[in-house]
Amino acid sequence: MSGSTANLSRRSALLAGAGALSTLIVRPVGATTDTMQAAIREFSGGAQIVPGRVTLDIPPLVENGNSVPLTVTIDSPMTEKEFVKVIAVFNEKNPQPNIATFHLNARSGRARVSTRIRLGDSQNIVAVAQLSDGSLWSGSAELIVTLPACIEN
Amino acid sequence: MARALINVPPKVKRGEIVEIKTLISHSMETGYRPKGDGTFFPRDIIQKFVCTLNGEEIFRADLYPAMAANPFIAFSTVAREGGLLVFSWIDDKGEAQQDSAKLVVE
Repeated sequence: MSGSTANLSRRSALLAGAGALSTLIVRPVGATTDTMQAAIREFSGGAQIVPGRVTLDIPPLVENGNSVPLTVTIDSPMTEKEFVKVIAVFNEKNPQPNIATFHLNARSGRARVSTRIRLGDSQNIVAVAQLSDGSLWSGSAELIVTLPACIEN
Repeated sequence: MARALINVPPKVKRGEIVEIKTLISHSMETGYRPKGDGTFFPRDIIQKFVCTLNGEEIFRADLYPAMAANPFIAFSTVAREGGLLVFSWIDDKGEAQQDSAKLVVE
């Protein structure tokens, strides 16, 4: 009697384990961490973000995470009627998910900003752009950092 | 005060898109760097960068510790009129450093 209950609980434990494993497998490859998702949600206010129009120009392999060149370009005519208002850049694995937020306007001429960022690990970088009509677009880039920032004293 | 480098083309045609590059020397201390005795170097970063042309804001950025030291920012604007570009970097203490450059439009 006691043996069968032990068997049952072992079976249920195995089932639970299999369930956990399958959820791990089901998780999409490009899924981002919770903190980054939360930061993006805070920026978007829960509105829908459409992938596209945002291009991140960042080296795929960097040696030094202390200074990584990044250029964000948004496909926009940049006219009085249609322009990019805000570009926000997020990371997955630094202690804080935000990198920078850039505010543009109709007279920016070109929706492109270049800067240098600091990365603590190999990770995904996501940029979200808000257009003058309120729509949100996103783009991402994955990169490998061989010597991460924040490790040396 | 920290040194700032600003790159604006010497002369631009009216209506042309001008790229403005800025760099300021600043350690951008994240607050996550260990001192080696169990404590960390206190956070000290530039939080805000604003560029105005003749008093009107043309570009603004909010910066976080994930910005590299000596923050470099390049952006663009349409040269509608010439005038004085004023750049301000505002740090954690609320202190602003300002620098300016002339935009000459032909």
